[in-house]
Amino acid sequence: MTATAPHGLAEPHGVTEEQAQTHSHAHGEEVPPASARPKLAVWKFASCDGCQLSLLNCEDELLSIAEAVHIAYFPEATRAVVEGPYALSLVEGSITTPDDVRRIHEIRAQSGVLVTIGACATAGGIQALRNWADVDEYRSVVYAHPEYLRTLDTSTPIASHVDVDYELRGCPVDKKQLIEVLAAFLNGRKPRIPTYSVCVECKLKGNVCVPVATGQPCLGPVTQAGCGALCPSYGRGCYGCFGPQDSANTESLTRQLVELGMPADDIVRVYRTFNAGAPAFAAASDAVAADARDRAAQERGPE
Amino acid sequence: MTHQLKDGGQVLNVGMLARVEGEGGMHIEIKDRQVVDVKLNIFEPPRFYEGFLRGRKYTEPPDITARICGICPVAYQSASTEAMETICRIETTPEIQLMRRLLYCGEWIESHALHIFMLHAPDFLGYESVLEMAKDYPDVVQMALRLKKAGNDLMELVGGRAIHPVNVKVGGFYRMPTVAELEALRPDLARGVEDSLAAVELVAGFDFPDMEQDYTYVSLRHPDWYPLERGTEIVATSGVRFPVAEIPQHIEEFHVEHSNALHARFDGATYFVGPLARYSLNFDQLTPRCQEAAVKAELGETCRNPFKSIIVRTIELAYAFEEAVRIIDQWRDGHPPSVPVAPRAGEGVGASEAPRGTIWHRYRIDDDGVIQDAQIVPPTSQNQASIEADLRLAAQQWVDLDDHSLTHRCEEAIRNYDPCISCATHFLDLRVVRDGAGKPADAGAGS
Repeated sequence: MTATAPHGLAEPHGVTEEQAQTHSHAHGEEVPPASARPKLAVWKFASCDGCQLSLLNCEDELLSIAEAVHIAYFPEATRAVVEGPYALSLVEGSITTPDDVRRIHEIRAQSGVLVTIGACATAGGIQALRNWADVDEYRSVVYAHPEYLRTLDTSTPIASHVDVDYELRGCPVDKKQLIEVLAAFLNGRKPRIPTYSVCVECKLKGNVCVPVATGQPCLGPVTQAGCGALCPSYGRGCYGCFGPQDSANTESLTRQLVELGMPADDIVRVYRTFNAGAPAFAAASDAVAADARDRAAQERGPE
Repeated sequence: MTHQLKDGGQVLNVGMLARVEGEGGMHIEIKDRQVVDVKLNIFEPPRFYEGFLRGRKYTEPPDITARICGICPVAYQSASTEAMETICRIETTPEIQLMRRLLYCGEWIESHALHIFMLHAPDFLGYESVLEMAKDYPDVVQMALRLKKAGNDLMELVGGRAIHPVNVKVGGFYRMPTVAELEALRPDLARGVEDSLAAVELVAGFDFPDMEQDYTYVSLRHPDWYPLERGTEIVATSGVRFPVAEIPQHIEEFHVEHSNALHARFDGATYFVGPLARYSLNFDQLTPRCQEAAVKAELGETCRNPFKSIIVRTIELAYAFEEAVRIIDQWRDGHPPSVPVAPRAGEGVGASEAPRGTIWHRYRIDDDGVIQDAQIVPPTSQNQASIEADLRLAAQQWVDLDDHSLTHRCEEAIRNYDPCISCATHFLDLRVVRDGAGKPADAGAGS
C-alpha cells in the first residue's frame, strides 16, 4: 500500500546538518552499494526475540550498521529477503524441534561466519529445563492436544548440531558486545570480549559484595562478565545471565551457598535458570541433586 | 509465495511473516472468489513455561516469565508480581505502584515506538523496512530512534536493563532510582511528549483502507487512570465487567491444530485486546492533550478500523511520555524499595496491559511458596481468532487484487495487531490458497 504523501513528513532530502554529522556520509564518503557490502542474516529458533531486538535497540548505531553491512535476511525488521550465501549469520534461539535440526544445517551451509547470540543459542536457554523433565508431562500440562505438537525432548545449543565460529553470551546479549562482535568479524579479527567473572566487574565498579554484606546467593564468582555487574549494582545477587566463566569453580560456590543455609533444592534451582544447559552449571546442579539424594538415602537407612 | 493449481485456483504462501515478533505465517483458501478458510499458523516452537514453573518458588516468576518475551518483559513481570502479592495478601505501597507504572511507561514507549515506526509505518509508506524508509524520511526515522531510546533509557534506569529488567521482584524493587537519576531523563521524556503528539498528526495523514468489524473489545480498567501496569476490573464493550480475580471464569483457552499458541474465548466468543480496545474502553482516562490529539486525528471515542491502530498506538505513546514526566515530577527520595512477602498457600490472578493487550497470569502455590500450577495468557494468543476474522474480511474485501497485493494486504491485517508470537507460544506461517480442492500445495515451514 503506497500512501499519498502524508502531510507533515519531511522532504526526502531534508537532512539537517546536525543529522548529517552523525551519519557516515559526514565526510563525503559514499555508502557502497548493497552488492559490495557483506551480507548479514539474522535467524531465530526457540527464544524470546530479545537478543535480535538488541540489534534494533542500537538506536545510535543502527543506521551506520545498515550501511556497513547488507541486511539480507532479518524478518523481524524487514520483508526483503536476499538469497544467501551470507558473510555473517547471527543465530538466536535453541534447537527444540526436528525441523530446527534440518534448518540449522541449511543455515550453516550458507553462512561464512556463524555467531550464536544469547543464552538460548549458546546453552539451550531456560527451555533446556525440559532436559531434566518428562516432556510428555509438560506437553499435557500446557496443551489440551499434545498430539498436535512436534517437539524434541531436549533443548540444545546450536553448537551441539553445527560448527559455531563464536558464541556471544547473555540473557539477553549486551548490545555493546554485539556491536564489538559485528565489528570484529567484519574486520577479520577476534572479538575482544572478556572471559573473567562478574566479580571482576563488580570490584571495578566498587560495589559492596552482595553475598558478604546481605547473605543473598550470588553467582558472580562463577559467571562470565559482560553485564557490568548489573544485579549487584542494584543490590541483588547475580543470577548467571552470561553463563559460566572459563574454569568456573562451582564446587567452592556450592559450599558457600550451603554455608549461607540454602537448602539443596534451592541451590539446584540457582544453577538451573537461563544457562541451565551450560556444562559447568548443569554439572554443578547435578552434583548438588545427587548429593541430596545420597544424603536422603543414608537418613532412611538400609532398606 | 504463489502456486497455480491445475484447476485454475491458486495458492498464496507466506511461510514467514516479516516485521512481527516471533515466527508464524498465514494460510488463506479462496474458491470461486469466496474466502473459504483462514488460518493464522503459529509454528514458533513451544517452550513449556507453565510446565517448568511447577516446582519453582513464588519469587521466581518475575525473572523467569520475563524471558517469554524480549519486547514486553515488564508486562510479564507486572502480572506475575501482582498475582503473587494477591495470593500472599500483600499490598505494596503507593510509591512502589508508581515506580512500577513508570517502568511500564518505558516498555510502552520502547515497544510502541518500535512497532509504529519500524514495523508498521513501512506498510503505509510503501517500504520493505525502516532501513529503506530512512533514506527518504531521515527526520522521521531519527525521531523514531530518539523516542525508542528514551523508552529504553527509562527501562535501563528503573529496571536495570531494557530487555529482561533485573530490578523487579515480588514485593517491589531491589533499589529505587533517585530523583537526580530520574531528573536526568526528564528532558528527553518531555521532548518525547511533543514529538509523539506531532507524530499522531503524521500517522493520521496516512491512507487507511476502509475496513471495520464489530469487535468485542476487552481491557483492564482502573478508576484513576488509563490502564498500564494494573487495573481493578476487566471491562468489555458488551457491557460485561468483573474484578480481575474472576478472569479465569470468563476466559477459556483452547487448543487448535494449526497453532502452537492456545486460542481463547471471552464468555464463549471471539474478543479483541490491545490498543484499540484499551482506547475505546478508556478514552475518558486519557489526558486532555491526548484526547485533543485524537479529536484532531478524527478518531472518535471508539475506533473499529484495525488499520488505524497505528494512530491509537501513537496516542498511547504520547500518553506514556506524559505519564512518565508526571511521575518523575512527583517523585521524592527515601521510599522503601520493597515490602516483605511471606508465602501463603492459595491461588490468584494478576493482569496488566502489555503494549499489545491484556496479559494475565494465574498461579497456585503451597504454604512453602512452591508453585503447584501456572497459567500464562498473553495478548497475541487471545487475539488469534480476531486476527483470523480480520484476515477473512480483508481477503474477501480485496479478493480481486493480484496475489502479490492481496498477500501484502493480508500481512498488513496481521501487523495491525503488533502480534508477538514469541509471547503467544510462549508461536506464526502465512499462506493464501486459491483453489477448488482445498488442500494447500505447500505444507510450509514447520507447520
